[in-house]
Amino acid sequence: MSALMGGSREWLKRGLAAGLLAVVSLMGSGMVSAASSAVPLETMEPDLHDQPSLQRGMQLYTNYCLGCHSLQYQRYSRAAEDLGMPEDLVEQYLILSPALKINDTMRTGMQKDDAAGWFGTPPPDLSLEARLRGTDWIYTYLKSFYRDASRPWGVNNAVFPQVGMPHVLESLQGVQEKVCGQSDLAVAGAEIDPDTGRYASCDILEITQPGSMTAGEFDQAMWDLTNFLAYVGEPSRLKAESMAPKVLIFILIFTLLAYLLKKEYWRDIH
Amino acid sequence: MGNPNRAKAPRGIMRWIDDRLPATQFLQDHLTGYYAPKNFNFFYFFGSLALLVLVNQILTGIWLTMSYTPSAEEAFASIEYIMRDVEYGWLIRYMHSTGASAFFVVIYLHMFRGLLYGSYRAPRELVWIFGMCIYLALMAEAFMGYLLPWGQMSYWGAQVIISLFTAIPVIGADLAQMIRGDYLISGITLNRFFALHVIALPLVIVGLVVLHLVALHEVGSNNPDGIEIKDRKDEAGQPLDGIPFHPYYTVKDLVGVGVFLFVFCAVIFYFPEGGGYFLETPNFEPANSLKTPEHIAPVWYFTPFYAMLRAVNYPLFGVDAKFWGVVVMGLAIAILFVLPWLDRSAVRSIRYKGWLSRIAIVIFVVSFVTLGVLGVMPPTQERTIIAQLATVAYFAFFILMPLYTRFETTRAVPDRVTGR
Amino acid sequence: MSDQAVNRGRRRFLVSATTVVGAVGVVGIATPFLASWQPSARARAAGAPVTADISRLAPGQQMTIEWRGKPVWVVRRTPEMIADIRAIPPAELQDPESLRPQQPPYVDAVLRSIKPEYVVLVGICTHLGCSPGYRPEIGAADLGADWPGGYLCACHGSKFDLAGRVFTGVPAPSNLEVPPHRYESEQVLVVGVDEEAA
Repeated sequence: MSALMGGSREWLKRGLAAGLLAVVSLMGSGMVSAASSAVPLETMEPDLHDQPSLQRGMQLYTNYCLGCHSLQYQRYSRAAEDLGMPEDLVEQYLILSPALKINDTMRTGMQKDDAAGWFGTPPPDLSLEARLRGTDWIYTYLKSFYRDASRPWGVNNAVFPQVGMPHVLESLQGVQEKVCGQSDLAVAGAEIDPDTGRYASCDILEITQPGSMTAGEFDQAMWDLTNFLAYVGEPSRLKAESMAPKVLIFILIFTLLAYLLKKEYWRDIH
Repeated sequence: MGNPNRAKAPRGIMRWIDDRLPATQFLQDHLTGYYAPKNFNFFYFFGSLALLVLVNQILTGIWLTMSYTPSAEEAFASIEYIMRDVEYGWLIRYMHSTGASAFFVVIYLHMFRGLLYGSYRAPRELVWIFGMCIYLALMAEAFMGYLLPWGQMSYWGAQVIISLFTAIPVIGADLAQMIRGDYLISGITLNRFFALHVIALPLVIVGLVVLHLVALHEVGSNNPDGIEIKDRKDEAGQPLDGIPFHPYYTVKDLVGVGVFLFVFCAVIFYFPEGGGYFLETPNFEPANSLKTPEHIAPVWYFTPFYAMLRAVNYPLFGVDAKFWGVVVMGLAIAILFVLPWLDRSAVRSIRYKGWLSRIAIVIFVVSFVTLGVLGVMPPTQERTIIAQLATVAYFAFFILMPLYTRFETTRAVPDRVTGR
Repeated sequence: MSDQAVNRGRRRFLVSATTVVGAVGVVGIATPFLASWQPSARARAAGAPVTADISRLAPGQQMTIEWRGKPVWVVRRTPEMIADIRAIPPAELQDPESLRPQQPPYVDAVLRSIKPEYVVLVGICTHLGCSPGYRPEIGAADLGADWPGGYLCACHGSKFDLAGRVFTGVPAPSNLEVPPHRYESEQVLVVGVDEEAA
């Protein structure tokens, strides 16, 4: 009797497991197609413990981006604390606007209406950009500007076609253009060459005039900048991850005690 | 086995209170003297966990209202203010947002338990119906709460759901406008949703929870064997298979609470976005009434019903598909209310039901989960067909229940509960 | 029969251990909720030190600056005013030597200022939080012929001298608060930062 029951319960579990497995595989296939974007994105896994990188990223941001893109929820003082920078140095080197103080948020002096006139659309605030688009997107976007004479600023972007933003980092990266050739990195719409294992395409981005940074230096700089934006997206992440192990270990201890207590009381029950 | 709750005559302050308020009596009725079957299994953790999550939502909710600004201009910024400027605001906010999803995880497992073991059967119909009312109120609560961050997904999700009402013939458009209080979703909508989310619905939910528990304690808990423990009593008049809820189930539930909190905190600290399912990515952009995000999907706990809504894509009886989609979605929830009268089996628990019931419940779970998964994905032709099949299967489970439960061969039910 | 098998000691130990750990957990959970009641970063930013230019303050005049949403008075006292303050008999004052901690340690006990000329006071009555009025005129009609100049709180009639010291026989219990402040230069006053921090 009990064997029969056990068997049938087992059957129920197996039936459910098989059904759910089928659903999960369906979900997996759906997710892949939903995530595929027009241009293959490079992977950028942020490292919020790399303070030098975050500091360089913030410096790049204040020098090249903050003129147009505010970080309206990020306070200088919070960044100073989280990124390990003394406040007076931040005031001296990173607060470029005389109107702003250490406790202020990283605003821009640009008027929204002016900006809309200059760029077609006001430059968005980037406080939450890393959470909205993801770090892979930002990193690849920053590296994907290329010369395109048909655009008002003379540049276009492979990740964000018809972008309204000029390539403000061209002096660092150099002039990048679309060329025909082969690439090790995946290119949208390109077939992989079976002999070389590389991609052949006429959408390959190549530096045609060097800038002040080498390709490696520029990649690192963009990595730092993206890393900084990842930090700005969720400044509480560092705190959360430092608290987590303590809380979880505490809960484990509590659960263990509760389990022993339960075992003790349930010895009464037969 | 003796009851470790030795009856002590209350003294001192407790005596003073008892003369004026039935405090000791209350504790005895609902904890120390409430006998629950001794064979509760894993699924029986989720009732007390639901209560825990409710307390979490209420407390964190109260704290969030202290810093949140319910206006279209400032709502989004005030969430970021909580996330960044308020001490531990991020933790309280993540506890609330993760709690919303946890609530539905727990509730769905709790409902599934009822479904498995026939906990809705007589005399527990009202327990089930109050529970369903809680589920309905919870859906309204979650939906209105989701508008409050005033992100893109908040806005367009609300837009879609409120538009459902326009499917109602004749009065639909006016009704939707009345719900919004404007020609489009605006600060006016936000303010009334805020009022309903923080005051009206929590009161309703707490009231329903009280009714749910009072009704449960009147009839007593069901168990995985689906047999009535009150039918077999000892000389003292206590059920032979029953044990006092306190201390036995309080200590057991503590273990469940510990495990739950571990998982819950791990999500809060490491994956508060829940892979984009708990906090959806487009919600990191403020609401913009002129631009719809590319792919909008409701939060995961609504997606099974959302998939049904989308699955209905042809007109019927001269009424457009939109109307029937809303009808199907409404019926999918409404049919759960009459479940106690659909099940005609001689036994309560799936353990003693026949093969047809077992197959039916597997098909039901698979179709419900399939619909849930399809609901988060953009529709394609094949997916719509799968969703239609799953919708049919979902309804077949209920509509055919009177037949297959009555005519299948059930197993013999034991006199006493088995195992634990 | 199973009651005999119950190990009371072990049971009692586990109950207390779980209770203690649970109580610690409750305190742990309460901590972020209580901490969230502290002034937020925005409030702290708004409450940051303020700088005021005092070069145009004429002798005998008072200016009001806002610090943490509260009025802060700066009075440029004339030598006569200073002499009058010193001349008030201590018996008429509740705390003539500023013994109660209503001022930072670096101010004078009687004049309650860093420089005798300039006094900086938080313009909130120590009784129930109204903002008193500046009444420098000696012997004002409504305050009696012996009024040496000072502050009158219209709400409940508390009186203070020009150093913010409270008179006896009024409801206010202590002297007006002197906020932390320092002089960045001769003409620039910073309120909200202590002198040592310079």
